[in-house]
Amino acid sequence: MVYRSHVLICNGTGCTASKAPDIMTRLEKELAAKGIEKEVKIVKTGCFGLCEKGPILVIYPEGATYCHVKADDIEEIVSEHLVKGRIVKRLLLGDKDAEDVARSLDNVGFFNRQLRIALRNCGVINPENIEEYIAKDGYAALAKALTEMTPGGVIDEIKKSGLRGRGGGGFPTGLKWQFAAQEVNGVKYVCCNADEGDPGAFMDRSILEGDPHSLIEAMAIAGYAIGSNQGFIYVRAEYPIAVQRLNIAIKQAKEYGLLGNNIFGTDFSFDLEIRLGAGAFVCGEETALMTSIEGKRGEPRTRPPFPAVKGLWEKPTILNNVETYANIPVILLKGADWFKTIGTEKSKGTKVFAIGGKINNTGLVEIPMGTTLREVIYDIGGGIPKGKKFKAAQTGGPSGGCIPSSHIDVPIDYDNLLELGSMMGSGGLIVMDEDNCMVDIAKFFLEFTVDESCGKCPPCRIGTKRMYEILDRITNGKGEEGDIEKLEILADSIKHGALCGLGQTAPNPVLSTLKYFREEYEAHVKEKRCPAGVCKAMLNYRIIPDKCKGCGLCARKCPVGAISGEIKKPYVIDKTKCIKCGVCMDTCKFVAIEKK
Amino acid sequence: MSCGCCCADNKTLELNKIIAKYKDTRGALIPVLHEAQELYGYLPMSVQKKIAEGLNVSLADVYGVVTFYTQFSINPKGKYKINVCLGTACYVKGAGEIFDKISEILKIKNGECTEDGIFSLDACRCVGACGLAPVIMINEDVYGRLTADDIPGIIKKYIDKESDAK
Repeated sequence: MVYRSHVLICNGTGCTASKAPDIMTRLEKELAAKGIEKEVKIVKTGCFGLCEKGPILVIYPEGATYCHVKADDIEEIVSEHLVKGRIVKRLLLGDKDAEDVARSLDNVGFFNRQLRIALRNCGVINPENIEEYIAKDGYAALAKALTEMTPGGVIDEIKKSGLRGRGGGGFPTGLKWQFAAQEVNGVKYVCCNADEGDPGAFMDRSILEGDPHSLIEAMAIAGYAIGSNQGFIYVRAEYPIAVQRLNIAIKQAKEYGLLGNNIFGTDFSFDLEIRLGAGAFVCGEETALMTSIEGKRGEPRTRPPFPAVKGLWEKPTILNNVETYANIPVILLKGADWFKTIGTEKSKGTKVFAIGGKINNTGLVEIPMGTTLREVIYDIGGGIPKGKKFKAAQTGGPSGGCIPSSHIDVPIDYDNLLELGSMMGSGGLIVMDEDNCMVDIAKFFLEFTVDESCGKCPPCRIGTKRMYEILDRITNGKGEEGDIEKLEILADSIKHGALCGLGQTAPNPVLSTLKYFREEYEAHVKEKRCPAGVCKAMLNYRIIPDKCKGCGLCARKCPVGAISGEIKKPYVIDKTKCIKCGVCMDTCKFVAIEKK
Repeated sequence: MSCGCCCADNKTLELNKIIAKYKDTRGALIPVLHEAQELYGYLPMSVQKKIAEGLNVSLADVYGVVTFYTQFSINPKGKYKINVCLGTACYVKGAGEIFDKISEILKIKNGECTEDGIFSLDACRCVGACGLAPVIMINEDVYGRLTADDIPGIIKKYIDKESDAK
């Protein structure tokens, strides 16, 4: 059937939460009311990336991108755009007065700076329809691998492309595959880490929800390359939409003969199983993930032997994350030589970042390696809200660190981030402004690690707890002389003594904030002062006499009666009674109250 | 939620079916626990015992796995499960204050359930809706771009729903 218009509606988690399903229902109703339901096709897609502007709706062939769409806007969109062919300019994203709609997005930095390889189909196809994936060259790479290439040829191509793991340490993917391929011992496994644990990163979720077939195709290719017939996808139980779409995709792939026995008429067979995680951050560590698939407590094992030699059920196993796999089909189709042209010398290709925190355009972006942090924050991210000053960006989640404003022009790649004391990690990028306290952020991450430490090795189990206690007393105004040095000694022992990646990197948030914001720690310890005004125990509210008009509103609102004064004269806060709730500051119309 | 009638036995039958379905799968324990929790709402000791017997593993192994993973709960949860995302993106946007507000209104702490069994409160790690930070989930409903002032209204909605039902 041929349609004259296609309406794409984002059904990612963000837009679903902003009521995209209601919009779908309304759209179906309005189309039927106008009698054009057979001319216009509604396509449920994955995430477009710009979650901040959601729900997002795109109408082709014009390419009109509507943002912040509400169910009540649908009638206008249908009668104006779909019936009369007039664009609803007020809802348009980007330049509302552009000559034609296609150009309205030309100057939207969020889109025109991106290069989408891993996210190529997200927001473009219906993830629940395998034919749409096939129409976008889906499964062509698998066909090419099985019919034109040897397993060794596939590995060589991946090695040549320079692709490195997108989930953490950045190990060369082709090399990992080669180690597993060298093992001659019978059964082998291909695993996918879809247990995205880094709080603040959601690129894997977006691929699983928006383009699940690309993962299935890539895992089959990996199976062919290393000589494995069975794959496991370990996915977070917290991602119900992703699990559901993955199940649909696997079923469809089996029906089309793209999974199962004798794929493409060759003697290669491959099958996939989904295993649900159960909420343990440590299961992102490769050996812990495999222990968890085996049905045990997800505790890591010592390496070597590496999983490529002895992994799942003691068989040779490779493990890559979702984003890494999503690159594979494109590399095989377009060639390693093409892929190598993108990125920096040692980091090839693109990286997806989840930008969040104090930034205008929160969402998912895929950029060539080597893009600077400044471009990401200001050109793509649209800068910091309310004109506040950029303070630092946190990458690599609880294993990473902060990049301060003095390094904002460093090109982002694996090696530069490591040098700065952070890491790529899975690609969470949290922006912080002048109102965020770096000691508080370090404490936040340590609290996370203490919670998520599996408890197997003492440096991590006990060491991170001690570090957390020190940070807790510093932020509560009870820091002691020598605390900062104690943190450094503990950090060093944990880094060198912990068993797995989680423990070895746990001190990073503290070390990197100490490196760039030591004076903030010192202010907390020595002067019992929180420069950003976050740590409540050290805050004092004060009325600025020059600004106070003496209206008395704050005194009436204060829940403990700590404010007193005479009408039309400056009021004062009694520090002994003040509980630091901040109500006075919120109510004052003259910005006459400060916290310090 | 046992009501003292035949449903308790129906649930046992269901549980036996789940165990039978996975009995020959390798690494069966975690999928069985997921489905059992779906069925009972939580994993009381009696259920853990049945699973241990059914899969022929020790009760210590079952208990070890249940207590290791945060998804599994040995305490009952409320009818409305409130999850406050304390992921990084939500945290820097003030999720901590939202958590405190809910805790203050309902007078329960992290992991607890109100006495009437209506609400339970948990801090969770990233629901992947960072674009809407700060975010809370009440059962399957997601509320985003919140401030602490939005909380009383949201909770009242559920309290009203309950009193209407009565």
